[in-house]
Order: sequence, then structure tokens, then C-alpha cells
Amino acid sequence: MLIKMALKNILGAGIRTWLNVVVLSFAFVTIIWSQGLIEGMNRQAEEAMIASEIGGGQYWQAEYDPFDPLTLQDAHAPVPEPIQALIDRGRAVPVLAVPGNIYPNGRIQSVVIKGIDPGQTLLNIPTSVLADSDIDLPILIGTRMAKNTGLRVGDLVTVQWRDVNGTFDARDAEIVFIMQTSVQTIDTGKIWLSLENLREMTGIPGEATLVTLASGSNEPPEVAGWNFRSLEYLMSDIRALVQSKSVGMAILYIILMLLAMLAIFDTQVLSIFRRRKEMGTLMALGFTRARIIRLFTLEGAMHGVLAALAGAAYGIPLLSWMVHTGWSLPDSTDSYGFAIGEKLFPSYSLGLVLGTTVLVLIVTTIVSFLPTRRIAKLKPTEALRGRTS
Amino acid sequence: MEDSLLIKTRDLVKVYPMGLEKLTALDRVNLDFRRGEFSGLVGPSGSGKTTLLNIVGSLDAPSEGSTEVMGKRIEDLSHRQAADLRNRHIGFIFQTFNLLPVYTAYENVELALLLLGLNPGERKKKVMTALEWVGLADRARSRPAQLSGGQSQRVAIARAVVKQPALVLADEPTANLDAENSHNILRTMVEINRELNTTFIFATHDEKVIRYLRRKITLVDGRVERDEIIEQPTER
Repeated sequence: MLIKMALKNILGAGIRTWLNVVVLSFAFVTIIWSQGLIEGMNRQAEEAMIASEIGGGQYWQAEYDPFDPLTLQDAHAPVPEPIQALIDRGRAVPVLAVPGNIYPNGRIQSVVIKGIDPGQTLLNIPTSVLADSDIDLPILIGTRMAKNTGLRVGDLVTVQWRDVNGTFDARDAEIVFIMQTSVQTIDTGKIWLSLENLREMTGIPGEATLVTLASGSNEPPEVAGWNFRSLEYLMSDIRALVQSKSVGMAILYIILMLLAMLAIFDTQVLSIFRRRKEMGTLMALGFTRARIIRLFTLEGAMHGVLAALAGAAYGIPLLSWMVHTGWSLPDSTDSYGFAIGEKLFPSYSLGLVLGTTVLVLIVTTIVSFLPTRRIAKLKPTEALRGRTS
Repeated sequence: MEDSLLIKTRDLVKVYPMGLEKLTALDRVNLDFRRGEFSGLVGPSGSGKTTLLNIVGSLDAPSEGSTEVMGKRIEDLSHRQAADLRNRHIGFIFQTFNLLPVYTAYENVELALLLLGLNPGERKKKVMTALEWVGLADRARSRPAQLSGGQSQRVAIARAVVKQPALVLADEPTANLDAENSHNILRTMVEINRELNTTFIFATHDEKVIRYLRRKITLVDGRVERDEIIEQPTER
């Protein structure tokens, strides 16, 4: 009964109702859209990093610390038997990393030289190009590195490194491929060459700095001298970064929600002042104050329901379209530190949509209820005269 | 006509605080109303007519004294009990009709039945019967804005009598109506009073209404000055 009355009342309020519904539905859709972007960003970054760099986790040689370049020179050790077994079964890929320099166009550029098996297929890096036997020292770089150094495919560049004894050595290498990747950590400041070539150049055969496991690997064995870094551990930085970006989005939707809630609150306050005679009439008909409070709260809350329906009417096609076509990102996005590529594909889970809907409905109901508490003090005789008590 | 006592007021006093002063709206009012009466509280503005009607209608509580309506002491009723009394036994008719603008005539009348727990079929039957009593069955789907003043007041009467209450309280029901419409709605109320034995109490200073009354209670400054039985109402 109250639902029918509330619906009738808010539909009868005409343009005021629809303005609120439009504002609230806009908040609805924007919140879901922005949350979907964050989720999409998170998912895309995680998927790209898992596919191209971290797989299902990594073993790090005990000395290896990616945040301390000075340790890199000594961060290598022979691959121990349990890990070698995984590599032999195609469930892991070793990487040797040493510090070095390249000299593109007469300039010096510090790099991390990474050696990887050209035959590996575990990571999404086009390492097969390093298997070309006609070229003395083929190297692979990413587009960002190519842009920074001005190197192109076919260019020769001098590579300098130190061998196991600390002796500097140098050779000319040829750029055989420039890969396009959204994962900056395998691109910027990195050059990739064949693992065996690098082992030979540095004089450390059979050694590696880290070993990446195939994704989905579970219960990796403990290996002395090597630390296992789980997917969770390796993703923690990127997740923290995504989290920090989501704070900005949260501010946007808090502002939108505040605007929408202000509109609802305003409508409720206005209703309670303008419809006192109606309340008095309902009291005369036997409605209790509690029932009238419920009716008015329900009216406010129904703005949320109508907004959800209106939001669904234009939001579902709009957001579905965005999921399929993606959102083209400007070049500057590359500097955010996310591995999300040229297009961001939002991700809208059922939980996100239902969660947001329930949240907005709860907030709308609370905001609708707050002004109606005045009704509890309303005397029927005053209400019938159109006055407040 | 049944002669049972419906309303009893004893030493009824209502005082309103007006800043530092106090305004005595009712001053020791002692009245009895019996079932089926067609009576009116008359007197100038500020004489206490509406205040008495509000207390009898359990919309307000007395400052002193007692009011019994259908055996229930108004001053002892909780808010919920008072609402229940109004819902089941009392109908109200207001000067400004007080129809809810977004509802049709049918829905406005139905409002009075919503809390009684009737099924939709029963409600429909009662609403249509009430609209037929007031001659507006054909305007059931009209909204108040599409009705004239007289029609709106007739819908309000239908709303007041649809649950066949023991008591209908009408506060200046003709104040916003022309003479023709006033007589029409008064005749309707007289017929309902006769057919359903519903007690009508008016608060009015409209001569057109007074001519229909069978009991006239004159209030002056919150006191009952005269209480007259009119054997032959002049009506028109």
C-alpha cells in the first residue's frame, strides 16, 4: 500500500522527481563507470604483467634486489636442481640480468642487459627473434627504449658490460626487433639478448638472476639461496598504484553522490514543508506518524529505484559499448606506470553493479529518512492548518 | 433512530500558550452527543468550534477535563490508539476539501479504507457505493484539479463516509462553496445521516448550514452559550 502511494506521489511530483532521478542516475552510472575503469585498469595491468614478466611468481637469487641496482652485478648463481627441473619441463624460464651501458648515436645510456632463452614461450616476449643465427649478437628492445635511444631495427649499437671478474668488455649488437608492450618494466632501460650469449659474455655459464614460473604454478619448492616471490608479492606495487589512482576516482564519485543526495535531501525537506496539509489529512484518516515517516522515506528512496532503472536504460548500452570498444588512452597515460596499453577496457562485474546499486539505495534511503524525522513532532491540528509544530 | 451516547465532554478546557499569555479556547464545556445527531457548533471566529471538533476527533488533547468518544477517553489515548479511533470510527470533512492532488477521486476515497485490511474487491465496492451516494460515480477517475469546488467537497464527503463511521466531523464544509453547491452537499449529508444513522457535527457560522441542523450549540469565548434542539429545520 505504502509503496503504491509513494510511487504515485513521486510520479505526481513531475519534473522535480525526474530532475532528481536524472542527477541520481548520472551519479549511478558514473560511479559504476569509474569503478569499472579502475577494475579494468587493475585487471589489464595484472594480466599484462603476468603474461609478460611475472608469470606465476619468481625465484630470485638471494642477492637480487630490483630496487638496488648496485647489487645486480653480483646477483646471479647457478640454477639449482629443483628449479632446473621446472625449466626442463617448460614450467619456468630463467633470466640473467647484469648492469651495462649502450652507446646509441654516440651517447651513453645505462641499461639492464637481460638474457633469456629464445625458445621460451612462457612469457609474452618475442624472444624467438634472438635465435637468428646470421647475426653475431642480436638484441631485442621495446618501443619506449627505441624512442629514448633513437634506435631502429638493423641499427648496430655498442654494448658494454663487466664480466664475472669485473673486467669491462664491449661488443657491437644489432637491433633485430622492437617490441610493442604495455609492460614498461620489460621495456624502459632494458635490452634483451639470448641467455647463452649473455652467459658466455659474462663468463657465468648455467647461472641466472631470477626464474619466472609458469602462471598457475602452485606450491613451488623451497630452494636454498633463492627466494620465492609470489604473484601476490610481485603485484603488490602495481596494486598499490591502482589503489592510489582509485582514490582520485573516489573523490569524483563522492562529489557526484553528494550532489545527488543534496537534491534528494532538498526535495524531502521541501516536501515536508509543502505537504504538511497532506500529512494532516493522512493523520485525520488514521495514519500514524510512523506510517507517514515510512511513506515519505519510501518516496525519497524510490528516487534511487527510479534512478537505477533510468541508469540501466542508458547506462547498460553505454557501458557495454565501452567494454567492447575500450577507451583510447592518451600517450601521457604511459607515464602513469600502468601496463594497460593503448586502450583501456573497463570491467563491470555483477558484484560491482549490484554493490553500487545497493550502496546508492541505502544512502538514498538514509538521506530520505533524515528530514522526515521532523514529522515525528508534527501535531495533526498544526499540520491540517499547513503549519509546522 | 438509536439514542445511544456517542460523545461526552466534561469540564473540557483547552488553553493555548501565546507567548507569555494563555488563550483559553474552551472553558468548561459539558456536552453530550447521541448517535444519529445532525448538530452544529456555531459561533464567531475564535469561539472554540474547531478546537472542540479537533478534540472530539482525537486530533488534539484537552488541557483539562475529559472527552469520551465511543467510550474511549481521548486524553488517555496514545498517538497510535487515537489514529486507530480516527481510522475506524471518525470521518473528517474540511473547509478546503483536503483531497490529495495526485490521486483520482476514487483513490482519494479509497485512502480512508487502506488501513482497514479490506481486500481490493471489498474496497472497490465500498468506494463506488460512496461515490454513488454523492453522485460522482462517473467522475471516479478524475483528479481534484479536474473537479469543481462542489464536486471536490462531495468527494471529501464520500471519503469521510466510505467506511460508514459512527461520527463525521465537518469543519466549515461550505465555506468555499457557492449557495447551490452548499445546499447540494448539505442535502447529501442529510441523506447519509438518515440512511446510515451517522452522527454529523459541524463547526460553522454559515447560515446555509445552520438551517439544516437539528441541534445548534452556540459557543462564545469557549463556553456553551446555548444548546438548542431544532424540531423542524428550515433547510432551504
